[in-house]
Amino acid sequence: MITMFLVLSIVFMLMRLLPTDTYFGGRSDTMSDTIKENILKQLGLFDPWYVQLGNFWKNLLFHGDLGESIVIQQGVKCVDLIIPKAKWSFQFGAIAMVFQMLIGYSMGVLMARWKGKFFDSAGNLYILLINALPQAVYFLFIQLYLSKVLGLPMFFERYNLASRILPILCLSLGGIASNAMWMRRYMVDQMNLDYIRLARAKGMTSSQVAFRHVMRNAFIPMAQSLPTTLLFTISGSLYVESLFSIPGMGGLLITSIQRQDNTMVQAMVLLYSAISVIGLLLGDIMMMVCDPRISLVKKGGSR
Amino acid sequence: MIHKDKNAREKIRREEEEHGVPMFRGFKDHKIEKLGKGFEETDQLEELKRQPSPDDDTVFCDDGTTPITEDLFTEAEYNAEEAERSGYSNYSYWGSTLRVFLKKKISVILLVFLVVLLLFTFVQPLLPNQKDPLKIHTTVVTDSQGFSKEENLRNVQPNKEFWFGTNSIGQDLWSRIWRGTRTSLFIGLCVAITNNIIGIVLGSIWGYARKMDWLFTEIYNLFDNIPYTILRMLLLYIMRPSLKTMIFVMCLTGWIGMSKYIRNQILIYRDREYNLASRCLGTPSLRIILKNILPQLVSVIMLQTALAIPDAIGSEVFLTYIGLGLPISLPSLGNLINEGRKVMLVPSQRYQLIFPVIVVAAITISFYALGNAFADASDPRNHR
Repeated sequence: MITMFLVLSIVFMLMRLLPTDTYFGGRSDTMSDTIKENILKQLGLFDPWYVQLGNFWKNLLFHGDLGESIVIQQGVKCVDLIIPKAKWSFQFGAIAMVFQMLIGYSMGVLMARWKGKFFDSAGNLYILLINALPQAVYFLFIQLYLSKVLGLPMFFERYNLASRILPILCLSLGGIASNAMWMRRYMVDQMNLDYIRLARAKGMTSSQVAFRHVMRNAFIPMAQSLPTTLLFTISGSLYVESLFSIPGMGGLLITSIQRQDNTMVQAMVLLYSAISVIGLLLGDIMMMVCDPRISLVKKGGSR
Repeated sequence: MIHKDKNAREKIRREEEEHGVPMFRGFKDHKIEKLGKGFEETDQLEELKRQPSPDDDTVFCDDGTTPITEDLFTEAEYNAEEAERSGYSNYSYWGSTLRVFLKKKISVILLVFLVVLLLFTFVQPLLPNQKDPLKIHTTVVTDSQGFSKEENLRNVQPNKEFWFGTNSIGQDLWSRIWRGTRTSLFIGLCVAITNNIIGIVLGSIWGYARKMDWLFTEIYNLFDNIPYTILRMLLLYIMRPSLKTMIFVMCLTGWIGMSKYIRNQILIYRDREYNLASRCLGTPSLRIILKNILPQLVSVIMLQTALAIPDAIGSEVFLTYIGLGLPISLPSLGNLINEGRKVMLVPSQRYQLIFPVIVVAAITISFYALGNAFADASDPRNHR
């Protein structure tokens, strides 16, 4: 909670460092100085920083208010702008997440099963490519060429379900790679441990061992990252959404930056940070619930 | 059996004496010869044992006749260098690393490719007939009324003069790509080196000094709670993008991961017995960290360095895409890809996207693969 307070305050203070010119939304040439000053005064930018910070927290806590948009839709509350967009992001993100987990983990398990064989090396090549290439590169190529090869629309259309395939594919690719890599490494490492050998010696088949022992242990770190991933689907992928022009939050943030809508940027950055803090907290709690060996209580160190 | 072979040996020896040159001898013969020698030696030993010892207290030298007395020995002077050499083996860490590294053909090819590419980015502007990456090329055209005027060479397809074509305002894409590669690699290297230095130093303090742990953990939480991309975007948004701010922002968020990793590794190693022993002997902490712990982490550090470069290039591309990139007057790979993206819907102009993308892909993939190969090679467990 303290971290969250600190993080949000720091982000807020950083935003105050912006030159005041950026608050007029590109119309600064046509305004007289008095009008400018009035606007700034209305926004409360002449108050000392602690008053501003206090006001900000008061508004946020008691009214759930993050200020009004300046450029994108003048005078509309940021929250009202963000929420409908967040729904789209969540929809895409959640579907992509299901794919990431299903395909990623099963791919990792299969790769570990046939370690050193063809499937393993093919999977490794895939992971290498996804990790090494900048996202921009392969997203662009998927958008350009895969859409043509598969005959799918290049951009998102609201009532065309086929237009959702490519964005979801793009959203899942990275997650599949990291899940598969992690699962494979985990399986390979665990297979050499004593308790697995004992289980094998008892006469369990390797698939039984994999499901009853290794997978259960593998779930623990997964549980930690689950809330963060889920929460971050709300915020959406910055890249994919603006590439495929999905009306989501990621795209909104980029538009706000490009059009220099300060309050929107501020509101969204605050939201992102809050999401991430809450996600980490939930993750720790989840992990504690799943694994009785872990406790968040301090233990004595060796020195 | 032996008799038979002995006969054969005799035969060979005789033949050798006749010809004056040693004939070919098989491995079997060689072995039998050795075996025979061994038998002879055991015979001698038994003879030695049979000799009655003159006095039980005296010990004899090898020849069995000279008794060992004190005047045979001289006192050796203490020599620190010699003492240290007693634990010496001819295992050389970097030698073995290099050997394992060079074993894989693919990594050698990638290394050569990268070195050539790096050299070329520097050599390219010095070559003859290269164009200025910022110059807008024009041509004189005659319009329908017979007036001749200057017109920019926009979107010229790749041809003999413009190897990679020109961009939407008529600049030479070939020289822009190389200039851009130089900029991006410069950013990558700067970020990688700075992150490593800060990360290692802070990580060592974090891991080694127990009392500082809470402070660093809090700082880490603070940074880690804001997603890196968001923090980078926010800072660049505030500070206005330029080469300096770009590098600064990437360094500000980049060292965290490195220092956390170093901290965890140091926590693992710092209380091992050998470090405990060093501490008991009064080795200063700095020396323990530098000589005992950090060498264990060389492979990881190298891997992180190699990965930081493609990462920096990737995020530069990303930041440019969202409108926080370097100014267009300074070509970088991110800029070029972004320019190409704007015209990608026109199939005939896609070369503007494809050429920079190929360069980015080649650089990032080879850095990534090389980093992994080197990390494998520098792990002593793989030295065999």
